[in-house]
Amino acid sequence: MLLPFALLLIAYAVGSEIRLSDNPNDKLLPSFPTLYEAVQRMAFEPDKRTGNYLLWQDTVASLMRLSIGVLVATLMGSIVGIAVGLIPYVNRTMSAFISVLAMIPPLAVLPILFITFGLGELAKIVLIVFGIAPFMMRDIALRVGELPSEQIVKAQTLGASTWHIAWRIVLPQMWPRIIDALRLSLGTAWLFLIAAEAIAAQSGLGYRIFLLRRYLAMDVILPYVAWITFLAVLFDYTLQKFQIIAFPWFAVGRSSE
Amino acid sequence: MKRVTLLFASLMTCLSLTLGAGVANAEEKTQFKLAWSIYVGWMPWGWAEDQGIVDKWADKYGIEIDVVQFNDYIESINQYTAGGFDAVTATNMDVLAIPSVGGVDTTALIVGDFSNGNDAIILKDNETLDALAGQNVNLVELSVSHYLLARALETVGKSEKDLTVVNTSDADMIAAFQSEDVTAVATWNPLVAEILAMPGAHKVFDSSDIPGEIIDLTAVNTQTLSDNPAFGKALAGAWYETMAIMASDTPEGAEARAAMGAASGTDLAGYDFQLASTQMFYAPADAVAFTTSPDISTTMDAVRTFLFDRGLLGEGAPSVDVVGIAFPDGTVLGDKGNVKMRFNSEYMSMAADGSL
Repeated sequence: MLLPFALLLIAYAVGSEIRLSDNPNDKLLPSFPTLYEAVQRMAFEPDKRTGNYLLWQDTVASLMRLSIGVLVATLMGSIVGIAVGLIPYVNRTMSAFISVLAMIPPLAVLPILFITFGLGELAKIVLIVFGIAPFMMRDIALRVGELPSEQIVKAQTLGASTWHIAWRIVLPQMWPRIIDALRLSLGTAWLFLIAAEAIAAQSGLGYRIFLLRRYLAMDVILPYVAWITFLAVLFDYTLQKFQIIAFPWFAVGRSSE
Repeated sequence: MKRVTLLFASLMTCLSLTLGAGVANAEEKTQFKLAWSIYVGWMPWGWAEDQGIVDKWADKYGIEIDVVQFNDYIESINQYTAGGFDAVTATNMDVLAIPSVGGVDTTALIVGDFSNGNDAIILKDNETLDALAGQNVNLVELSVSHYLLARALETVGKSEKDLTVVNTSDADMIAAFQSEDVTAVATWNPLVAEILAMPGAHKVFDSSDIPGEIIDLTAVNTQTLSDNPAFGKALAGAWYETMAIMASDTPEGAEARAAMGAASGTDLAGYDFQLASTQMFYAPADAVAFTTSPDISTTMDAVRTFLFDRGLLGEGAPSVDVVGIAFPDGTVLGDKGNVKMRFNSEYMSMAADGSL
């Protein structure tokens, strides 16, 4: 499992060596000691101008935006998704609209977002929500539609209201599926987070990468990319483990299908 | 499994060779690449390529020049710095900060123009520079706009500590100015013209207040140029033939400017409007006079100090002198043993003398 990673590192080291032997100041593929120094500087030494530890400051700023955006999108996705999947009237009214909404490329309507929500934190969070919520709505609606209709019919026969069915039959079965949708959306959420920070920001992981790109400081950009990748993998792994522990019946059901 | 591993290993070998490739090697060659991006002072390259003027001059010197348009200015400089291109269009500040600091010795072959009002600081509902204090200023950080802001603050005895800079993409500057929480921007044309047309927008400082400091260059890899003077001659020849047509007060000149305007998303009137705030050096002799004047050394000193203060001359750079900048009279600003940026009036002089 580790072999491809090792080979990638070796390929990088060789490429870096070739370029640095030709130009010791080359910025494109810095050597490992240079990368190490940059990590030291960004993560463990206060910045000369502001006195902040830049990597941590950027990480906190980005994770705030990401978590609020993802939380709101998940809430919207679950509520609208269950309503569309369960209630025929809502389905008829909303499903086409959501399908169309999901197809609008959020980055193409950026000026509208800016003028409506300003250039602050709100616009960045809205971009993330706009980027992933429609997908989650559609996904949850489809998953609700997949529930055996016998369950619904039986509940109705026993006199359950729509609210009861949503709360007692559908939602408990949706939790692990919401986690699935969340895992699939996280990559996209990161994409929109970084795009938002590239456009207007004072801190954040994407802000730093796009700022330093202006003078090709790959010694800082590469560790930032590795850090973002690590965080994303960590979240994905945590969600997966949480799903298995909290909803063991779901994992069993999935493997027996 | 073994076969997959082998395949993967060979893929990775290819990758490392690709990564390592692209370093400019000292040698005589016949194929060259110029990267340019959309900006009022560089539009002539695109037009000269379309009209076959570049090819004509390349043929004259028995070489081939590939003229490539970039939509992203910074990416074009990064590609040049990484070795993918032999020449690039860039400002004096960005040449020093990116290729020169990155160890790629670069020569300013053609000094095309300087910004004479094209870059500006605009406030919403305020008319004086003093009002900047305490505001958020939206600009592309570490760009010439940022430099302009630093210079503007100096003139009123303030510094960047008195305000907050918000990094904002140039592509979104116009939309940004329309949002309520944005009260001050520093940017360049054609954005300046668009923003000034909005209600409440006031220009409080522009590059005509610091004339000759934001210079638009066509820069070439020094090694490539010294091994292949033909490349420099062909570029200078094509450029000044284009300049002569562009500057002429004839239908042909207007047609050329209209085409350049259309290529940059506007029309003849819009392009002429931008040219009015751009001090173009149509005649090579004027460019030579500008490049050989002592002012350019003063300008580069201000520029390198700006870059040094922001850590852009390299982390751990001991002083502003770390990178040497050479001028046509042979003087060097900074480390003489590490000259990475050179102003060269030789090729522009050849154009002025008609000896190309």
